Amino acid sequence: MAYSQKLLDYFQNPRCVGEIVDASGIAEVSNPVCGDVMKLWVKVADGRIVDAKFKAQGCSAAIATSSYATEMIIGRDVNAAKSITKEEIAEALGGLPAGKIHCSVLACDAIREALK
Amino acid sequence: MMPVFTEHFGNASSIHWFGQQAKTMIDDARSKVAKLINAETSEIVFLSGGTEADNLAIRGIAESQKSRGKHIITSQIEHHAVMHTCKDLEKQGYEVTWIPVSRDGLVDPGNIQRALRPDSILISIMHANNEIGTIQPIEEIGAIAEAADVYFHSDGVQSTGKIPVDVRRLKVDMYSISGHKIHGPKGAGALFIRKGTILKPLMTGGGHERNRRSGTENVAGIVGLGEAARLARLGLSTEMPRVEALRNRLEAGLKARIEMIHVNGEDAPRLPNTSNIMVDFAEGEGLVISLDLKGVAVSTGSACSSGSLEPSHVLTAIGKTPDEAHGSLRLSLSALTTEEDIDYVIHVLPGIVERLRELSPYYKKV
Repeated sequence: MAYSQKLLDYFQNPRCVGEIVDASGIAEVSNPVCGDVMKLWVKVADGRIVDAKFKAQGCSAAIATSSYATEMIIGRDVNAAKSITKEEIAEALGGLPAGKIHCSVLACDAIREALK
Repeated sequence: MMPVFTEHFGNASSIHWFGQQAKTMIDDARSKVAKLINAETSEIVFLSGGTEADNLAIRGIAESQKSRGKHIITSQIEHHAVMHTCKDLEKQGYEVTWIPVSRDGLVDPGNIQRALRPDSILISIMHANNEIGTIQPIEEIGAIAEAADVYFHSDGVQSTGKIPVDVRRLKVDMYSISGHKIHGPKGAGALFIRKGTILKPLMTGGGHERNRRSGTENVAGIVGLGEAARLARLGLSTEMPRVEALRNRLEAGLKARIEMIHVNGEDAPRLPNTSNIMVDFAEGEGLVISLDLKGVAVSTGSACSSGSLEPSHVLTAIGKTPDEAHGSLRLSLSALTTEEDIDYVIHVLPGIVERLRELSPYYKKV
């Protein structure tokens, strides 16, 4: 499977792993097809995401995209974070093999759910 | 194989001397393959590989016996080459009974007996499973097939060269063999067809391989397959006991160092070279990629690694949930595997599993 170096780096050295004790929002989403799971914690202050952490159980693409998306939303305002698309995440990581695009949907869904 | 490309390039069907030279080489390969499974040389048909062998056996019997009946019996854990061929025949009006397996991955011969009907024409049960390595009771099923006068095919792609195979004792009418599973070349395989078995060929043409498989022979591939068969036969007593000891060392080493892992088919008779383990709270594709980055090549039954996003049908058939199949890892050894290789895996895998589990929202340290 042709993963980019950047994706493999985020899989091997994921950023923003962990939990936030006083989170403003928590989301747990799973992919009903393949069984991958992502849990996301966000802390919001003045309409802006000041911190975010994640945990995930899934394939390398699921872990890398979850990590990248979590890192990406820190510092953004809530509405900007909600508008992130799966294509944006996939492209930023050098593209995903066709069958793997569904993995990055996990992160988008988790962001929207946590910021509800 | 190389001299076949450069010096002995004759067409085995030609009567000139270099054609006859190629024919002699094919005959020699044929006797080596026959010897490996205790067949007669005239009962070995060379073709492109295990998939074609399975197709020829199943479709060939389905076509030749359709006036007698259209019922086929197979198992739920067959290789895709058998499974998809049988599914295709279902679309063509054949009826297929899919025999379930135990939690250890074994077919109960009693279930085959009970599935037999007056219109049954073929039983196809693999000798050993490709994912978990369990060895099926082929000899008992062979006796049932013989008593019922129903053709019996066994996919022997995984078992050939790993365990002793005697087609007379197993009472199989057809037995599939693949070259590259015994260190031979890809693109070469064989089907044992017991003398007197009536089956319609898939290929029509010049009537090669005693009218069983038309098409100019892949001489280099066949020569490679023959030599691989000769070496595999020698290795049965010299290499396979060593491979089995290495496999056991691998499983014992991993179980001692990693909590919450299970070996599939552990209590069933298994091939000496196959190990299928399930790792809780880690996903198979992530394990495969992590091991690959450390230079270890393995595979998984996880949905995430398959194009269809379906978990392995074999793990599903032995009662595993999609979540359990998600964390499966298949490790295959061979005569070329060394103790250092095994110890390296025992050394690197625990850290990989620990890292992925730390990422899991469900994992709690015990």
